[in-house]
Amino acid sequence: MKLRKAGAAAAAALVLTLTATACGGGSGGSGDEEKITIGIKFDQPGLGLKTPDGEFTGFDVDVATYVAKELGYDEKDIEWKEAPSAERENLISRGDVDFIAATYSITDERKEKVSFAGPYLLAHQDLLVRADDSSITDAKDLNSKKLCSVTGSTSAQNVKNDFAPKADLQEYGGYSECLTGLENKAVDALTTDDSILAGYASQKEHQGKFKLAGLNLSDENYGIGLKKGDTELQKKINDALEKMVEDGSWEKAVKANFGPSDYKNEPAPKITETS
Amino acid sequence: MFDFLDLEQYDLFGAFWVTVQLTLYSAVGSLVWGTILAGMRVSPVPLMRGFATTYINVMRNTPLTVIIVATSLGLYQTLGMTLGGGDSKEAGFRLAVLGFVAYTATFVCESLRSGINTVPVGQAEAARALGLGFTQVLTLIVLPQAFRSVVAPLANVLIALTKNTTVAAAIGVPEAALLMKEMIENESDAIFLVFAVFAFGFIVLTLPTGLLLGWVSKRVAVKR
Repeated sequence: MKLRKAGAAAAAALVLTLTATACGGGSGGSGDEEKITIGIKFDQPGLGLKTPDGEFTGFDVDVATYVAKELGYDEKDIEWKEAPSAERENLISRGDVDFIAATYSITDERKEKVSFAGPYLLAHQDLLVRADDSSITDAKDLNSKKLCSVTGSTSAQNVKNDFAPKADLQEYGGYSECLTGLENKAVDALTTDDSILAGYASQKEHQGKFKLAGLNLSDENYGIGLKKGDTELQKKINDALEKMVEDGSWEKAVKANFGPSDYKNEPAPKITETS
Repeated sequence: MFDFLDLEQYDLFGAFWVTVQLTLYSAVGSLVWGTILAGMRVSPVPLMRGFATTYINVMRNTPLTVIIVATSLGLYQTLGMTLGGGDSKEAGFRLAVLGFVAYTATFVCESLRSGINTVPVGQAEAARALGLGFTQVLTLIVLPQAFRSVVAPLANVLIALTKNTTVAAAIGVPEAALLMKEMIENESDAIFLVFAVFAFGFIVLTLPTGLLLGWVSKRVAVKR
């Protein structure tokens, strides 16, 4: 009898989740006047992070909130949706999100499928090292080092193909695993975009343990991804981004999210994605 | 249509070769370890039975990703074990094989145990009556017949293992799934074609395995 009750409860819970997700999926799309759906990262401290109490923090979130406000949506009308790297193009082209601000570098391949507005941040590939380690000052030093990055990411491929083909590169599914190795001295440096690294170094539990090496190994222009060919939205977002830089909110957002890591940000980039 | 597939940029065959190597080493290792475990599970010594039962229930019910990541983060990063591999790629490969053997051996053992159950009790009793010890009964009488009846289930385990090797990408072993992640990152406009290429690659590996071992299992099955 007990088992049957538990079974019924489980079935009810399943049905509830299914209907709940169905509702969530239906409210996206650009035809909706009252809500706006924005894709962000949920797992990237400093850029887009979902905190345990359900709040969203980070630089991407601040930029997206500002842009949404300029488009006429209040903060409470924003529906955040997780946009993992591999799914960003599909989320946009299916219309599940109105736009995406999720460490989205502007590249030619991506422009085949989506349009971009911005860029709103110029990031560089850099290294995160232990705070007491000053042995890496140049890209040439990397060949004798143990590096760590995320499996298949652009940063990992850059190391293998360009900067340091001889370096011992360990790839993991996420940056957190690399941080464990960095702390245990099993790896010497974690490499990816400096904005992401600054986000990790600014986290409370990591403050003071790590520092950025300050090598500008590549240029990554973070843009806001939107439906291909939607020039009207592109122009509105570009205007909003320009306004954000002018009234100082951009600088404030950078300081608030990356400040504790002593990250030297580039000045706000010029808007290049116009049509 | 397939112009994203630049074989100079992406070493597709090299990546699948690593997958094949992972599969072969893990298959041999888990066959050996799984047979030993099966022997322990049917042995008359309570301590060995208890150990094998506990080991199988723990390993079989732990997600493979957890096991593989634990070998790398725990054994390599924290304890510094490289299993004789020089750099992190080599060590990652060996640790992945270790993880796959530890995990897959439980399935090999359970298949084999069901094969042992197909051997009539009278055979073991007759062997005992002739004066054979436990090890002799197992290796000369029971296991040879058991193996012949579990070729098909073991083929299933081998196919599952082939596909499970993709988990090794989580610790950076440069096999097929890692190359797929790179291609998804770079060729985001052809994402479904990338999936198709890798799905096809795995079918090329597993379909002949299944057909061949299916044929073998018919040939060697004990007719009762």
